[in-house]
Amino acid sequence: MANSDFVKATLMATTKKKTAAPAKKSTTKSAKSTNFATAPINKSLTKEAKIALYRTIVGIRRFEERSLRAYNQGKIGGFLHLYIGQEAVATGIVSLMEENDHIITAYRDHGHALAVGMSMNECMAEMYGKHTGCSKGKGGSMHFFAPDKNYWGGHGIVAGQTPLGAGLAFALKYKGLKGCALAFLGDGAVNQGSFMETLNLASLWNIPVVFVIENNGYSMGTSLKRSSAEENLAHRADGFDMEWEVCNGHDVFEVREVANRAMTRAREEHKPFLLEIRTYRYRGHSVADANHEKYRTKEEIEEYKRTKDPVNVIKQQLLADGTLTEDEAKKIDQEKKDEAEASAKFADESPVAPRSEIQTDVYWEVDNDSESKLKGTYFFND
Amino acid sequence: MGEEVAQYNGAYKVTEGLWEKWGDKRLIDTPISEAAFSGLAIGASALGIRPVVEMMFMSFSYVAIDQLFNNASFCRYMSGGLMNIPIVVRGPANGGTNVGATHSHTPENMVANHPGLKVVCPSNAYDAKGLMKAAIRDNDPVFVMENTLLYGEKWDVPEEEYIVELGVANILKEGSDLTIVSHGRCAMISLQAAKTLEEKHGISVEVVDLRSIRPLDEETILRSVKKTHRALLVEENKPYCGVDAQISHIIQLKAFDYLDAPVHRVSAIDAPQIYAKELENWQIPNEERIIEMALKCLA
Repeated sequence: MANSDFVKATLMATTKKKTAAPAKKSTTKSAKSTNFATAPINKSLTKEAKIALYRTIVGIRRFEERSLRAYNQGKIGGFLHLYIGQEAVATGIVSLMEENDHIITAYRDHGHALAVGMSMNECMAEMYGKHTGCSKGKGGSMHFFAPDKNYWGGHGIVAGQTPLGAGLAFALKYKGLKGCALAFLGDGAVNQGSFMETLNLASLWNIPVVFVIENNGYSMGTSLKRSSAEENLAHRADGFDMEWEVCNGHDVFEVREVANRAMTRAREEHKPFLLEIRTYRYRGHSVADANHEKYRTKEEIEEYKRTKDPVNVIKQQLLADGTLTEDEAKKIDQEKKDEAEASAKFADESPVAPRSEIQTDVYWEVDNDSESKLKGTYFFND
Repeated sequence: MGEEVAQYNGAYKVTEGLWEKWGDKRLIDTPISEAAFSGLAIGASALGIRPVVEMMFMSFSYVAIDQLFNNASFCRYMSGGLMNIPIVVRGPANGGTNVGATHSHTPENMVANHPGLKVVCPSNAYDAKGLMKAAIRDNDPVFVMENTLLYGEKWDVPEEEYIVELGVANILKEGSDLTIVSHGRCAMISLQAAKTLEEKHGISVEVVDLRSIRPLDEETILRSVKKTHRALLVEENKPYCGVDAQISHIIQLKAFDYLDAPVHRVSAIDAPQIYAKELENWQIPNEERIIEMALKCLA
């Protein structure tokens, strides 16, 4: 049942441009033979910017490893959907965001949160259910939000965030702002009706939204082969007269090069775009998914870790081009470990919100009714 | 935004003339994709615009329940108050139109069951205008439940600007023997029944039109019941977990010592909405059933 072919295949990046039928699907370049670091969007990166990418990728990894320990210690409840293995996707795309770009994702949301600049402290504390968490302990692991950083969650229902992403883009266009919305989803979300409805609306109305399918090969425990009739998920865009592109997700520079085209086009032309990014998660669907070595093989996981680990890939690139020395890389790694450890301590020592917080943040009008002008009963406890 | 709201002038002509007046930017015809366009409205509202979403029938909101009942209602809470969703979702939510079970839902009880959402049910044109204005200005998601059988009625409506605040009930008729609490079109039928009860049976009935289900004007309900000592609750919802189940609970909890009789209810007869016109007219509350139950309550 394993998706080994999916992992082993060196993806041939493919694109489709909107042209008169029949659509031209050109195979452009293979991931192996191209050095994406030299693409214009990456070549212009300063040394500091490249190191920042590394810091983010390593930071997400160390944060999640620490959160896994906390979960196993019983400090974190509910579900914990780890992003380990996929770090380069959110990191690469978020690094391209401009002032009027917005981002929304599903429940595997820690990586995107840290990439937009949320602190490890507020994220870890949220998972611990503490008052100091980004949502005061009201959302949990799946529901991180930071509107001040244009980050709109963190959503728990598969594909439910995709029309919201289109709505963010709709508002940008309505207000005459030049920007795009990034709507992330997993390969398991592509078979939800709300996503397909949203693809149609986005294309019909020319909304500047970039849908990013983070295809990690499994919708929970069901492999792509067993869940999608057409395994080339990006091809679905054809049915909605939308442009698409496919790329690998382990190389942050490849992600940036391809996503930049989609985002630029969305901003400049107010057109939607469907990106499919082939990636892989090392852990189960959630930590509770103890069977993840039953629906795929150990070898499959090890193979990806050995050849395509996003942390290792960027590290080798930065060592090779002289951006980092081995010592500097180690130092960053240690800093991120320490930061993650400190966040766990911060979360552990933080208080749970008082019980009175259960009934705040329900209605804006109640929270902001400083003069008590509101009429009627809003809450119905005896 | 909604199906047929712009160029077609609205399936029930509620938006008639607006497209000609305001154009494509503000009046938007959507494909038949309730989940996508209501979700889109929620996302857009996060960036500060105020979409009004029409459901051609509130029954159709059921294919958008994840958007409306998870995203619209809970985004604020799950973000710890960092977001708010200032949208209005409006459309007809009624039976009595001979269209069968799938098109006859009255989901104000379901909406009210979701903290984070608000819901109003205007019973007349004056309230429809005032409540709609309040709903649009409100910074939380508000559902406005309309009734196709009221679309054809004529009332005088002031041209000038006015607001009917959420959470304020309206006493349609004062009385001293029995309180009828109702909402939407049922409030109008209750008013008619109250007049008949007075003329034919010499019973003085007070009729409270809730207007707003959540927030709820408990104060007006309780004041009236404490005065008349008897309560009859009338709604088009099915009885089990209907709005009136909650109101009945509030009355027994907070006005128990004032009651001279158990709280009585008239709801839709508890079965899926039937198609046959004569039977459906009996299934939903009508004057005859209200009078019958009022007499029981007074017995």
